[in-house]
Amino acid sequence: MSFDNAYESLLGHEDSHWAFGTGFSESLVGVDREIPSTVDAEALAIYCLMLGDDALIMSQRLAEWCSRAPEIEEDIALANIALDLLGQARLLLSRAGDVLGKDEDELAFLRDERGFRNVHLAEIDCGPGPGGDFGTTIARLLVFSTWRLALFSRLRGSADPVLAAVAEKGLKELAYHRDHAAQWAVRLGGGTEESHRRMQAGLDRVWPFVSELFLSHDVESRLGGVAVPAAELKSEVDGVLEAVFSAAGLTRPADAPTPLVAGMAGRDGVHTESMGYLLAEMQHLHRSLPGATW
Amino acid sequence: MSTSWPLWEVFVRGKRGLNHVHVGSLHAPDAEMALRNARDVYTRRNEGVSIWVVKADDITASSPDEKDPFFSPSGDKVYRHPTFYSIPEDVPHL
Repeated sequence: MSFDNAYESLLGHEDSHWAFGTGFSESLVGVDREIPSTVDAEALAIYCLMLGDDALIMSQRLAEWCSRAPEIEEDIALANIALDLLGQARLLLSRAGDVLGKDEDELAFLRDERGFRNVHLAEIDCGPGPGGDFGTTIARLLVFSTWRLALFSRLRGSADPVLAAVAEKGLKELAYHRDHAAQWAVRLGGGTEESHRRMQAGLDRVWPFVSELFLSHDVESRLGGVAVPAAELKSEVDGVLEAVFSAAGLTRPADAPTPLVAGMAGRDGVHTESMGYLLAEMQHLHRSLPGATW
Repeated sequence: MSTSWPLWEVFVRGKRGLNHVHVGSLHAPDAEMALRNARDVYTRRNEGVSIWVVKADDITASSPDEKDPFFSPSGDKVYRHPTFYSIPEDVPHL
């Protein structure tokens, strides 16, 4: 290779045809996985399960749209978002596994419902099942990605190097998820009378599950400098959602008390009725054929 | 439903310094969504750094019927080709 070539800087280090993709990189290469001695390892594992389960369960819900979205382009978009979240879940469950001595598959497929720590917002049926429609799915995605983006932007400064690296990587993905949901919310909210009605109905359906996102949890206080206190996120999330609602002509639903199950939230491992069905579908292959691979 | 969304032609630039190249088409309700759909459909395997979308209706195309008057006359004009220059081996994409 010539060392004095004006074109080299334009082309990078190799010139294979672009359509086959270049420059893929493994996630988290070179990140130190040693758990810092100042960090409460047990709390770290629980915290990673919380954030990992949010992504895993949300990913499973979004994947239900495969072949059922209103347009093939949207089908691909939702699947892409689901895969981004699945990637985040894998990294976070693996981090929890560093402490628990389990791998990501054991944590995803062999835990029972009570072991999952995701928020209820991620697990409820927002369509294509009977619990919602595309508008409801967009409403949930808007809230979820706005909240998770606010969380990850703070998590970049975590004292756990793995959490910080996961946040850094996830930030760009979540920024796109939020943008995608906001674009749709504006179009549906300001579209036809019917699209507006259904977008607003979707927002009303998911809103009761929003306040749970800001509930403080005991492990956050055990993880000072590592975890992000959920209550800190509320003002940013409110501000972003307000801007979208205003552009979309949507009405912010009234806040209501968090609908806890037996006084407990998703973070405590207590879930809504739909969680069991979701897990049955998600886990049955691995449980029927342990260790199955493609 | 599908028929109500217009068709968009998608052009992707693979790398800085290359041209945008036509990669395909898709349906979208408007230009901004077309750009996002193109990102999801055509750049999910690291194919690009820049996307253009153009409404298919806005493209004026030559017709196959005009093929001969349009393109045949240049067929025997070898003097229009820079075949008399030598091209340095390290100049790609020329």
